[in-house]
Amino acid sequence: MTTTAQFLPAPPLLSPVAHNWKLALLAGLVVSVIAIVLFPARLSLSVVGAMAALVAAAFAVNAYRRRYYGGLLVAPAIAVLFVMNIFPLLWSLGLSFFAYQSNNQSIRFVGLNNYIKVLTNDIAAPANWDALINTGMFVVFTVALQMITGFLLAMLFAKQFPLRKYLLILVLTPMMLSVVASGVFFSYYYDPTFGILSYVMGEITGNQFILMDSKVGAVAGIVFTDAWMWAPFVMLLVLAGLVSVPKYLYEAAAIDRVSKARQFWTITFPYIRGLLMLALLFRTIEAFKLYDLVYILIRGGQDTKTIAYLITEIANEQNKTSEGAALSYVILFMVIVLTNLYLYLANRRNQGA
Amino acid sequence: MTTLAEKFGLRKASGVGEAGWGHTLIVALVSLIYFLPVLMIIFTAFKPSAQALSVPPTLSPTSLFGLIPDQFVFTPTLENFGQVFNRVMVSGNAAEPTGFDVFFFNSFFISSVSVLLALVIGTLASYGFSRYPLKGNDTYLFIILTTRMLPAIVVIIPIILMFRTVGLSGSYVGIIMLYTAFNLAFTIWMMKSFFDELSYDVEDAARIDGSSEIKVFLKICLPQVVAGLAATFVFGLILTWNEFLFALLLTGVDTRTVPVAMNQAVSSGGRGTDWTLLASIETLFLIPVFLVTFFLQDHLLRGVTFGTVKR
Repeated sequence: MTTTAQFLPAPPLLSPVAHNWKLALLAGLVVSVIAIVLFPARLSLSVVGAMAALVAAAFAVNAYRRRYYGGLLVAPAIAVLFVMNIFPLLWSLGLSFFAYQSNNQSIRFVGLNNYIKVLTNDIAAPANWDALINTGMFVVFTVALQMITGFLLAMLFAKQFPLRKYLLILVLTPMMLSVVASGVFFSYYYDPTFGILSYVMGEITGNQFILMDSKVGAVAGIVFTDAWMWAPFVMLLVLAGLVSVPKYLYEAAAIDRVSKARQFWTITFPYIRGLLMLALLFRTIEAFKLYDLVYILIRGGQDTKTIAYLITEIANEQNKTSEGAALSYVILFMVIVLTNLYLYLANRRNQGA
Repeated sequence: MTTLAEKFGLRKASGVGEAGWGHTLIVALVSLIYFLPVLMIIFTAFKPSAQALSVPPTLSPTSLFGLIPDQFVFTPTLENFGQVFNRVMVSGNAAEPTGFDVFFFNSFFISSVSVLLALVIGTLASYGFSRYPLKGNDTYLFIILTTRMLPAIVVIIPIILMFRTVGLSGSYVGIIMLYTAFNLAFTIWMMKSFFDELSYDVEDAARIDGSSEIKVFLKICLPQVVAGLAATFVFGLILTWNEFLFALLLTGVDTRTVPVAMNQAVSSGGRGTDWTLLASIETLFLIPVFLVTFFLQDHLLRGVTFGTVKR
C-alpha cells in the first residue's frame, strides 16, 4: 500500500496557486469578516459558505498533491456528519449546562444543576429511575426475543428449497412497514372490543380479554410488536452467515461422525458469531431509543415509560430542553460505556480465537 | 428417493443444503403466520369502511369455497385507494385532492437522493478508513457510531434552531442533508467491513502495472463490492423511507413525506383512526420498497455475507 504522504515544499504564502491553502484561508477569513460586518445576515451567510468551499477546495488540491488520500476521502463524510450530527450533539451538550426552555428566550448558565436535577431530586427523579429500569427491561426482552426469533427463522431458511425467494420476502416485510402504521394496527389487533386477539381469547375463555390492562400485558404487547418488526433484521444477518459456511466442512464432519450439536458449535457458530454480535450491537443501540411504539400503543400508560419517552416528554411537551438534554447525555454515557465494553469483549474474543 | 449418502447418515445438517417440497410446506406455514399482521393491513385496505371495525373482525375477502364462515368475510372494494388521492375533507363539500401524489413523490425523491448521496460519500470515506488509515482511525469510527446513539429528540432541537437560522427548514436540501448524515454512520461501518475483506494482492499488482490510485478504486475495488452497495442501499432505504420524527419537524407543506402525511390524514377530523384509509396508504407505501428489496434480495444475502464474515 502506498500510504506515504509525500513531503513537498510548501508554496510561499502569497503565490496564487490552487494548493496554497494558507493563502485561501487568509483570504477567506478576511472576506468573511468583511461580509459579516457589511452585508445582511442571509447574504453574508452565503459569502461565508462560498469562502468555506474555496478553502476546502484548496485543502483538497493540497492533500491530493501530497498523496494524503486518507484525509481526502474521509473529509466529505466528516464534514456532513459534523454539520448535521456532531455540531447539534455538541450544541445540546452545551444546552445541558444552561437553563433553557424552547418556548422562552431566556438562557443562563447553571453548570451541573440539570444533571443533579434529573438524577436526584427535583423533576420526578423517581420517574426517571423507573423509566431507566423500564428501558433496561425493554432492551433485554426485545433484543432477546428478536435474536431468538431471528435465529430460528434463519435456520428455517438456511437450506435451498422451492419457492424460497418468495417466502423469504414475506418474512422480511414487517421490517419495511412504517412504525406509525404497524403501531396503530397492532393497537387495533390488541383492541378489547374490535381486536382479533381479544375476540379469540374471548371465544376461548368466555370473558372479555384486555391485553393492555396490566403492566405485564402492556409490556408483552410492546415487546411482541417490536420483536416482530425487527426479528427479520437479525434473521437476514444470521442467514448471511449460515449460507456462507462451506459445504465441505459439514461433509468432513459427517465422515468423522461428529454429532449434530457439536457440528453446530464448532462449524456453524464461528461463521455466524460476528454477524450475531453486529445484530446485537445495532439492535441494542436501537432498543435504548424505544419511544414510538410505547407512545402509539399505550401513550406511556401502565408504567411503561422508557427513558426516550421521558426525554421526549420533558423536551417536547414541557419545553424543558436543557433538562431533556441532560437526561439524554446520562443515557448516552451509559450506551457508550456498554458499547465500548461490548466492542472490547468482541475484539478480545476475536483475537483469542 | 434416498441417495447413497443419506442411507449412510451423511446428510448435511445445515449450510446451503437442498430440501424438498416438504420443507417448503413447513416454511410456508411459518412465513404466512409471520406475514399475517401485514396481510391483515393489506386486507383492511380492501374493506368497505363500514366493515373495517366489526365484531367479530372480518378476516378474508373470500369464503374460500365455504371454508370460512360468512361472518368473517367482507366484500372487497378498491374505493379506499381512490380516497387516498381524492376525498371529502370537510363533510358536505365535494371531494378534493389530498396532495398525496406530491407526498409520494417527496418520499421517493428525498429517500432515494439521500440514500444514494450517503452511499457515495460513505463509500469514499470507508475506502479511506480501510486503505489509508488516519491517526486515530478507530476513534473516528467510534465517534461516527456515537452519532446514532442519542434519541432523535435531543439532536432535533439544535437542528431546528440551526435550520431556521440558515433558512433550510421546510426545504428539500435541509432534509436531504439530514438524512444523508443519518445514513452515513451505517453506510461507513458496513462498507468498511466490505473493503477490509478484499484481498490486497490484486490492487498491488495493478499498482505495479502503473494504475493510478483512482483507477484502482474504480476499476478493481468498487466492482468487487457491488453486492455490499446493494445491501447497504436496501437497509438505508428501508430506514429512510419510514423515518418519522425528523420529517415531522423539518418538512414543510410542499416537502412533507408520506409517513407524516399518513399520520395527519389518519388522525385528523377528530373521528378517531380511519382504518381503511391508513391501510390503503400503507399498502401503497409498501409497494416500492417491497419491490426494491425483492429485486435486490440475492445481492442482499451475498452482500451481507461478504461484508461481515471474517475468514
